[in-house]
Amino acid sequence: MIDFLNSIIVLLNFIIIPGISYGSQLALGALGVTFVYAILRFANFAHGEIMSFGAMITILFTWFFQSQNIGLGILPTALLALPIGIIATIILCIISDKFVFQYYRYQKSVPVVLAMVSIGVMFVINAIIRIIIGTETIKFSDGQKFIIKAKQFKVMTGLNEGLALKSSQVITILITILLLTFTFWFLQKTKTGKSMRAFSDNEDLALLSGINPDRVVFTTWIIVGVLACVAGTLYGLDKSYKPIIYLNLVLPIFASAIVGGIGSPFGAVVGGYVIAFSEIMVTYAYKKFFVYLLPSSIEPTGLVQLLSTDYKFAVSFSILVIVLLIRPSGIFKGKVL
Amino acid sequence: MKFERYEWLAIIIMISLFIFVGFIQGWSVSLVILNMCIISAIMTMGVNISWGYAGVINFGVMGFLAMGGLAAVLVSYPPIAESWQVGGRGLGISFALLVVLVIAVMYINKTVIQKRNRYVLNSFIIFFGILIIRHFYLNATHNIEDVNPAIAGFLGGLGLPIIFSWIVGGLFAAGVAFVIGKVALGLRSDYLAIVTLGISEIVVSVLKHEEWLSRGVKNVIGLKRPVPYEIDLQNADWFINLVTYLNSSKLNNIIDVSDRQQVLNNLIIDGSGIFVKLSYAILFLIVMLIIFYFANKAQLSPWGRMMRAIRDNETAANAMGKDIVKQHLIIFVIGAAIVGVAGAMLVTLDGLFTPSGYRPLRFTFIIWIMVIVGGSGNNLGAIFGGFVIWFSWIEAAPITTFIINQLTIGLEPTNALKLHLLDSVPYFRYLFMGLILLLILRYRPKGIIPEKVRHS
Repeated sequence: MIDFLNSIIVLLNFIIIPGISYGSQLALGALGVTFVYAILRFANFAHGEIMSFGAMITILFTWFFQSQNIGLGILPTALLALPIGIIATIILCIISDKFVFQYYRYQKSVPVVLAMVSIGVMFVINAIIRIIIGTETIKFSDGQKFIIKAKQFKVMTGLNEGLALKSSQVITILITILLLTFTFWFLQKTKTGKSMRAFSDNEDLALLSGINPDRVVFTTWIIVGVLACVAGTLYGLDKSYKPIIYLNLVLPIFASAIVGGIGSPFGAVVGGYVIAFSEIMVTYAYKKFFVYLLPSSIEPTGLVQLLSTDYKFAVSFSILVIVLLIRPSGIFKGKVL
Repeated sequence: MKFERYEWLAIIIMISLFIFVGFIQGWSVSLVILNMCIISAIMTMGVNISWGYAGVINFGVMGFLAMGGLAAVLVSYPPIAESWQVGGRGLGISFALLVVLVIAVMYINKTVIQKRNRYVLNSFIIFFGILIIRHFYLNATHNIEDVNPAIAGFLGGLGLPIIFSWIVGGLFAAGVAFVIGKVALGLRSDYLAIVTLGISEIVVSVLKHEEWLSRGVKNVIGLKRPVPYEIDLQNADWFINLVTYLNSSKLNNIIDVSDRQQVLNNLIIDGSGIFVKLSYAILFLIVMLIIFYFANKAQLSPWGRMMRAIRDNETAANAMGKDIVKQHLIIFVIGAAIVGVAGAMLVTLDGLFTPSGYRPLRFTFIIWIMVIVGGSGNNLGAIFGGFVIWFSWIEAAPITTFIINQLTIGLEPTNALKLHLLDSVPYFRYLFMGLILLLILRYRPKGIIPEKVRHS
């Protein structure tokens, strides 16, 4: 029985908790990509850099607050700076729409052109971030680091395995739940949300019924800004902020959005968790788990690892390819908000 | 073929850029930039063939370049007999098993009709097949990586002259492209962009981590050159005579013998560097012109016309009996092969293979900016885009330094803002690239040298 509990703790510690927190970050990112795809109808390659930008502003204000000795006690100061980061990200999104994307929308350009344009935007934001904050790795989480420490847990329960719960993970999960609830409530219950859904379902019909497209687009960018900034900051808080990481993060985010069915918000969230869990589960070495569970005579000798951790990113893409082959519209039928 | 007036203008601009840099920053710098420009132009032509001719998007440039680089290693590096001894058999067995596995899956796909049975059977076979293969494979690779890890630790290559790898690189890239095309080419263009980007990422991560094949992050250095080494040139009589002859008027003015020898030595050292770069430039230029010639021929041929028809109206072309899936696959493979050639050339020029150096920003998106800026569908435009964008990529740093110094001329040299800006000079090139792309897409969406509309 003890062995069984130990093995469960191993899973919880190394797969489930990291999976949920990483999945939440991916889900928020993928939700942003999906919104742009459903309303503006293009694949936004700049999304990773928008996330990075939000995180950067948050970091700058975190530093400012820290220098003024303003803090939240046990919570990281970044939470205090997050609203400012969100506002800055929204402004960035709206500026990039006004000066760049709007023109192509009015021209009714094909999606590929808009994707190219978003690459241009990606380069510009990327340069701005590097010019402002450099390329160094930045750790900006402060406050209490752990909610449960591995050692404490061992003493508390008397088990061999410790369970470490980082506060950044709990914050990630809580904020994600909050934000997702709000987003889905907004889409289902409010008038603006309903008009957005109508617009994404059938643009012409929506225009006929008097929905103002500019307003829908404006709202979309606000939502995208909030989601991107929160996702970027949470990722930075959890793992440490590094500007070049966010370009690599775009690929798993796209994978999540497509796996879930691009254009479907619920699908994007599910896709985020699917990608996160498969990345972690495929590359985790299960030796410890089996050592507890199996009798010592048939204990595994190797690491019992399907793929080495080097292939983390490759996993998300293999899943993407498989899903596209078997069910091109994603798990949940996409294209409708 | 005939060039229009503005095309001649573009060619003259390209040439004068290098002459200008040659006089300002020295010929060595100019030739270094020229070599990379030519390679970039070849990559751009590769992308242009699939995107410009047929509208097939290819964001996997980085992966195909890496395959070309791998070819350069596998062709030119001397074979490591010891590695083959300890791991050759294991690898052979696992490869044979892999072939068996693939055949089994194909057989099942053909014979089992019910969809659910097929999936279950396939996943069962693949799972256990991989378990068995892994056993042999991991043993073999482990042994290979243990052979003298500081200098070897991989299988080595064939020990052939590296110039062959340019063709092999093309074939490697074509092979990978064939697989990708089979899997992904039915998708909508923006999905295809994401999928190719992802698969190229997978290719690079395989090269990064399969150390028995490519030495992974430990890099392969000291690949043999197709051109002479500087040190050999400096000791070769004919080269010394050549330098003396070319600089005879300058040398004759110096009367003192030891002074004269000193000047001559310096000239020889400088000259050997320039000679090597010039030889590279000539080799690359030959390849570029060959590809350019055939690309143009193909574009003007009935096949090229069919490609344009498919690009402009897929349904109509299909109704006329053109096999769109097949043609898309063909053009995707050809484009990738040309990129692979460029990848092999890139490694040849550097003389080293660094898998971790392949990053999408540098090797996929920049190439795409070249294509868009130059003009998709026009080969000269592709070359022009490659030249201009690479040129500004390199020259962005000096220009930015100059601009920042001018703008902050009123500030003291220790001013924090000024120092910070000067520190971040390397990042301004991304800003330039982004702005160039956005401006071109906005005001000249067909590129600087647009495709010629042919009414034939």
